[in-house]
Amino acid sequence: MTEDDPTRVPRAKNGRAPDVLRVGGWVPMRCFADDEQVDFVIVGTGAGGGTLSCKLSEYGFSVVALDVGPYWRPLEDFASDEHEQYKLYWTDERISGGEDALELGRNNSGQSVGGSMVHFAMVSLRFRPEWFKSRSLLGYGVDWPVDWREMWGYYREVEENLCLAGPIKYPWGPPRPRYPYRPHELNAAAKVLARGCEKLGIKWCSTPIATLSAPRGLAHPCVYRGFCIAGCSTNAKQSAINTWLPRALKAGAEIRDLAMVGRVELDANGRVRGVHYHREGQWRFQRARNVVVAGYAIETPRLLLNSACPQAPDGLANSSGLVGKYLMAHCNQGVYGVFDDEIRWYKAPPSLSLTEHWNYTDEGKDFDGGYAYMSQGPLPVEWSGTQTGNHKLWGESLLRDMERYNHYAGLKIVGECQAMETNTVRLADEKDRFGLPIANVTFAHSDNDKKLIAHAKNFMRTALEAAGGYDIWAEETETAHLMGTCRMGDDPRSSVVNPDGRTWDVPNLWICDGSLFPTSGGVNPSLTIQAMACRIADRIKALAARAEV
Amino acid sequence: MNNRGPRYPGYNVLDKRDTPSWNEITRKVIDHRLTLDGPKFFTLEEWLTLRALCDCIVPQRSGRAPVQCAALVDHKMELDQRDGFRPPSLPSQREAWRRGIAAINEECRERYGGAFHELTGGQQDRLLRLLEEGEASSPAWGDMPAKVFFKRRLVHDIAAAYYALPHAWNEMGFGGPASPRGYVRLDFNKRDRWEAIEQHD
Ligand SMILES: Cc1cc2nc3c(=O)[nH]c(=O)nc-3n(C[C@H](O)[C@H](O)[C@H](O)COP(=O)(O)OP(=O)(O)OC[C@H]3O[C@@H](n4cnc5c(N)ncnc54)[C@H](O)[C@@H]3O)c2cc1C
Ligand code: SF4
Repeated sequence: MTEDDPTRVPRAKNGRAPDVLRVGGWVPMRCFADDEQVDFVIVGTGAGGGTLSCKLSEYGFSVVALDVGPYWRPLEDFASDEHEQYKLYWTDERISGGEDALELGRNNSGQSVGGSMVHFAMVSLRFRPEWFKSRSLLGYGVDWPVDWREMWGYYREVEENLCLAGPIKYPWGPPRPRYPYRPHELNAAAKVLARGCEKLGIKWCSTPIATLSAPRGLAHPCVYRGFCIAGCSTNAKQSAINTWLPRALKAGAEIRDLAMVGRVELDANGRVRGVHYHREGQWRFQRARNVVVAGYAIETPRLLLNSACPQAPDGLANSSGLVGKYLMAHCNQGVYGVFDDEIRWYKAPPSLSLTEHWNYTDEGKDFDGGYAYMSQGPLPVEWSGTQTGNHKLWGESLLRDMERYNHYAGLKIVGECQAMETNTVRLADEKDRFGLPIANVTFAHSDNDKKLIAHAKNFMRTALEAAGGYDIWAEETETAHLMGTCRMGDDPRSSVVNPDGRTWDVPNLWICDGSLFPTSGGVNPSLTIQAMACRIADRIKALAARAEV
Repeated sequence: MNNRGPRYPGYNVLDKRDTPSWNEITRKVIDHRLTLDGPKFFTLEEWLTLRALCDCIVPQRSGRAPVQCAALVDHKMELDQRDGFRPPSLPSQREAWRRGIAAINEECRERYGGAFHELTGGQQDRLLRLLEEGEASSPAWGDMPAKVFFKRRLVHDIAAAYYALPHAWNEMGFGGPASPRGYVRLDFNKRDRWEAIEQHD
């Protein structure tokens, strides 16, 4: 192993952190001692933790953010290769069961400084306003304890930070300003979606997407290489690692890579004292006035449960018994068809066009909630997984169908998942490499999810046919994005955190990631996670001004 | 066997190795992949079974899957590169593969009197379909369901290894590595100079 192997030797140390925008580059980093009581320790540096690290340090709080993942420099560390890029994923063992067991790892879990956004597909959508009050306004799910108008402002802040490329006029929902950067040229796969929508008389548009359509500082525009979910080696992708975290460092935050938090410690008064974390072969303890857990919907409840102690025998912040419950995953079925035209869907980001028609139309549905659907562009290894998994091909028939790769196009939903208490994250007996109990995940779709999936598959099949596709087939089981397990609410009996992201039980313990979603909506979650992190930062700032933090 | 020629005759993604489509780290990891010839994790006996399984899951016109396919599965086990999850009914991947291969050979001996790699093509095919349908009956499977092993490990790991090889990308006409140079022409039936040309008959 070479000395500079970011998977083995931490890079962010001794007053400097990697400059993600330059080969071999460094930027200065303020460092704190373990026994220094910092204002905030943040566990996880993804969409939630990365954004919050930036905002809180810019507001003048002292911040140490810990992530078990490596600190990559995309320009030098990212290969154009699906197999090699498994290094971005959470590949430590988890057990995943239940009637519709979730595929974890590559599909929804990252382990890098920058979190799962390092390999996300960049689709950046706002919630439909009514979803924040789906119980009151639409009659299903639960209400969020936040107002959509407030979120609308934070969405804008995130869209500007990510320099989103998108249309001038978005066809659905209340008016919004034009996207910061112009939309990308559509690839053939995206035009197939457009053709289908036009034939069926519904609206479609160019996807608001977090990859540059014009230069920004040292980052060049997207070169349409299509490896986005294996990590972007050009930095065109705008995400936590190259936007929020460089800002956080500049504002004085410390980021520690290869640092696994194993336990949050409570003092005798039921307040958090700091975190036990593993780095460079030893367990250490970082003192803190506040701890924010932002490890995503499996690791956040796992850490809270692994932190059980005599004062909190069922795990931290768990007096409601709801830590680890109401896990959600978006329905993510795809429908695929063959075209006479060459599509070559490996080129450009996978989802350059979409329709939110069924998110904003309530008529003609036999289910609650909605779905968006998007164009697709799987690379060979991913596509072989779909072909062997959902399409059940192997042998001669697999090879022959894989040869039609360049003539395939597909449509895939992000469909709202109904939260069910029986979908859970618990602890298994088995231990990980740090000696910590691993997560045991159980998931099954609700009847409503199944109706939504059937509706969507039917509709997308018609759309693909209308666009000229044949030999059409659909995926049975497929999910994307994790949410829930530490839901936000306004009642301590039915939620884990309050509207500020503060846990009801422990006043200086906070949660800021996808786990606080009480409902999932029918759009990809990262924009909402980041917007919520901006909102929580503002809440913390306001509470601190009143000496309530 | 199929007697149609390749769809992308003359296309070799490796020809782009020294062009702007490949950056340094990509060259390094693919070069390494092509040197793998295994086995480092599996025993010689297990290796014979794995090779024969690859020939069934990703059969070639020449009759044999490239050795790197089995070698990449072996490499994944050697380094224990996991997927990040497993079904409750399977043990961790190394143990699953070891037990799975042993059980397959046991199943073959009970039914056909030989190890998997010694069977005829037809027998191999029938045996795999039996695993797929959940009809394996040898006690050698113990508490590991053959059907789950077949889907989650056997087919999944072999296909994922095969489609990580330039050889497979050539068959599909996939552009292969693309960094720093990506693509310019994105529309229907449009192709950059450095992409594969499809044979139309
Ligand atoms: C393939 C893929 C495509 C996606 N595409 C999109 C998309 O197009 N649009 C969209 O909106 N969303 C997309 N997502 C989802 C999006 O990336 C996630 O929803 C989002 O990143 C979750 O944010 P988070 O902050 O909750 O968690 P993450 O971003 O996952 O961050 C959690 C971090 O915490 C670290 N961590 C966890 N536990 C510990 C611990 N105990 N100690 C130290 N560190 C810890 C992890 O290493 C990780 O880096 C995609 C995800 C994937 C995997
Ligand atoms: S297509 Fe664009 S965003 Fe995706 S990996 Fe390539 S350069 Fe990055």
